[in-house]
Amino acid sequence: MVSAEEFKRYTLRTFIYVLLLVGTLLFLLPVYVVVVTSLKDPATINLASTWQLPTTLHWQSYQEAIEAFGPRIWNSITLSVSATILSSILGSLNGYVFSKWRIPGERLLFPLILFGMFIPYQAILIPLFQFMRGIGLYGTIPGLVIIHTVYGLPITTLIFRNFYTDIPDEMLEAAAIDGAGFFQIYTQIIFPLSIAGFVVVIIWQFTQIWNEFLFAVTMTSNAYEPITVGLARLAGGEAVKWNLPMAGAVVAALPPLLIYIVMGRYFIRGLLAGSVKG
Amino acid sequence: MRNRRDRTIAFLMVLPTLILIGIFVYFFIGKAIFTSTTDWGENPQQPALAENVVTSDVGLQNYDKLMTNVIQANFRNSLANTFFFTLFFVVGSTVLGMFLAILLDQRIVAEGFFRTVFLFPMALSFVVTGTIWRWLLQPSGGINLLPTLVGLQPMHFNWLNSKETWLAFRWEAVPQYVTFVGFAVLTIIAVRRALSHDWRTARFAAAAAVIILLVFVAGLWNYVWLPLDSAEAEQAIAPKGFNAALLGIIIAAVWQMSGYVMAIFIAGIRGIPEDLREAARVDGCGEIGVYRYIILPQLSPFVLSAMIVLGHISLKIFDLVFAMAGPDNARTVVPGMLVYTKGFRQNSFASASAIAVIMLFLVALIIVPYLWTQLRSSK
Repeated sequence: MVSAEEFKRYTLRTFIYVLLLVGTLLFLLPVYVVVVTSLKDPATINLASTWQLPTTLHWQSYQEAIEAFGPRIWNSITLSVSATILSSILGSLNGYVFSKWRIPGERLLFPLILFGMFIPYQAILIPLFQFMRGIGLYGTIPGLVIIHTVYGLPITTLIFRNFYTDIPDEMLEAAAIDGAGFFQIYTQIIFPLSIAGFVVVIIWQFTQIWNEFLFAVTMTSNAYEPITVGLARLAGGEAVKWNLPMAGAVVAALPPLLIYIVMGRYFIRGLLAGSVKG
Repeated sequence: MRNRRDRTIAFLMVLPTLILIGIFVYFFIGKAIFTSTTDWGENPQQPALAENVVTSDVGLQNYDKLMTNVIQANFRNSLANTFFFTLFFVVGSTVLGMFLAILLDQRIVAEGFFRTVFLFPMALSFVVTGTIWRWLLQPSGGINLLPTLVGLQPMHFNWLNSKETWLAFRWEAVPQYVTFVGFAVLTIIAVRRALSHDWRTARFAAAAAVIILLVFVAGLWNYVWLPLDSAEAEQAIAPKGFNAALLGIIIAAVWQMSGYVMAIFIAGIRGIPEDLREAARVDGCGEIGVYRYIILPQLSPFVLSAMIVLGHISLKIFDLVFAMAGPDNARTVVPGMLVYTKGFRQNSFASASAIAVIMLFLVALIIVPYLWTQLRSSK
């Protein structure tokens, strides 16, 4: 016998799971369509059969998309890796100073640095364009690396500062009494305890820079475009063969998606750090 | 540890960052403001990209034109679009995100799986999302065909190219709307606070309501919301309202960002001690009552920070619109797009800068108070 109370509880539980499954279905619909379309023979793609499975698997679209991206894949890799490394190292040092040292005016300087991650980059785009042209780095990968490093500093500084605040000051004091200076404390105590912090920051920076579009489309020349611009080109225009942009979307989405699936926990920490206090 | 030498080293270590941020953020902002008061790129005699381009000071003329000149009507449309986009995107993502977080809070089997699914769009580029949804929103395919899978008639909505405008409003009347709504909301807050004897907040809200009214009566709006040069012509070519073509972009944006809100809420819910919920249950609250009276009030700071982060994203939105509707679609134009098209296609650097400065101002309006309270509370 099931009591009325239990019956009500089971109905409610079933209802919750039904809602969750419907939600999952809706969230994954676009994924289904992308994968299915990317595997169809272009001749068989038409709007009426959007939701149908391909009759034969047509893998060539992926090869074509990768060929169409050409150097842009490598550009994105170089760019994302370099800017991620630079902004993580600088961010770690900044976080160490802002959490464990007193510097003059820090109560004002820290918010001023943080404000840099919220500004609409459109506001600095034209002066940045002039500046990059002036120093001869406009349209180059090193130019874009500098841009992403600098605008990555606020978030990396913030994440490391919040991370280091949890390291007890007594540990540092003890080391200082043993004669350790600024760098010894960093290399012997702070850095070894930062691995998780570095993982969070590296994942966050890499995915953000890989996915970025505004600087990518305004600060590059044809040969040095990142992959997001390549995808926009692939999908732009009116008469699009949809198998290519869909395969391209999968290729462009794959690196951040793999990172997210494997290291989701760290990705979420980066995500929440963006709302400042977390 | 705190000796002088090490403190100097510490300062030297952050100095590069301070200099870089100083140049790339604050100096550039200053330069953009300066550029917005010149005629760089607006003067046919002076090619914008010439080696020694001569510009002259035009004061606030570029801003003036943005608000009045019929040629700049697309800027005013972009403001209207941003307003509706922000409204529906922020409300949509917050409500959906909160709903998902509450569902996942019910001791779910495979909770990790569901969380991963709802959050994965956050790992994608807006360009990827835009490309996918552009295909899904084709007029005679994708989403419009979904009803046929369960035997219903297909939909025929022209998602990204609809010419319809809903919720039409008169541009000239915006100061009235703002005054009326602001006054009404603040008065209600004042009365409700007064009824619960929270005199400080009540007085504050009442004062703000009076100020809004006074600003309107004194005619201060006339300096900001300038009268249009040719109101009828503009009404004919660019009616103001919620452009239906934005709807698909809003759906894609909600799909991408509601997981973020969910993650914030889950983090918030985790922070509420179980005893508190237990106590409420003992006091006879049902499960819904626990959410209504215990959890949601505790979450309000999280709701606020989620809405602010989403709001500022929506003020700067660019890539998603670019990938879904293209850079030249007049129905879906947003300020971020105009900075791109005016600045980097037409080289009208001065008016692009003026738009950029307005964007910065709008973002600063919500971000500066936010940062200030966040950092103060963390001390």
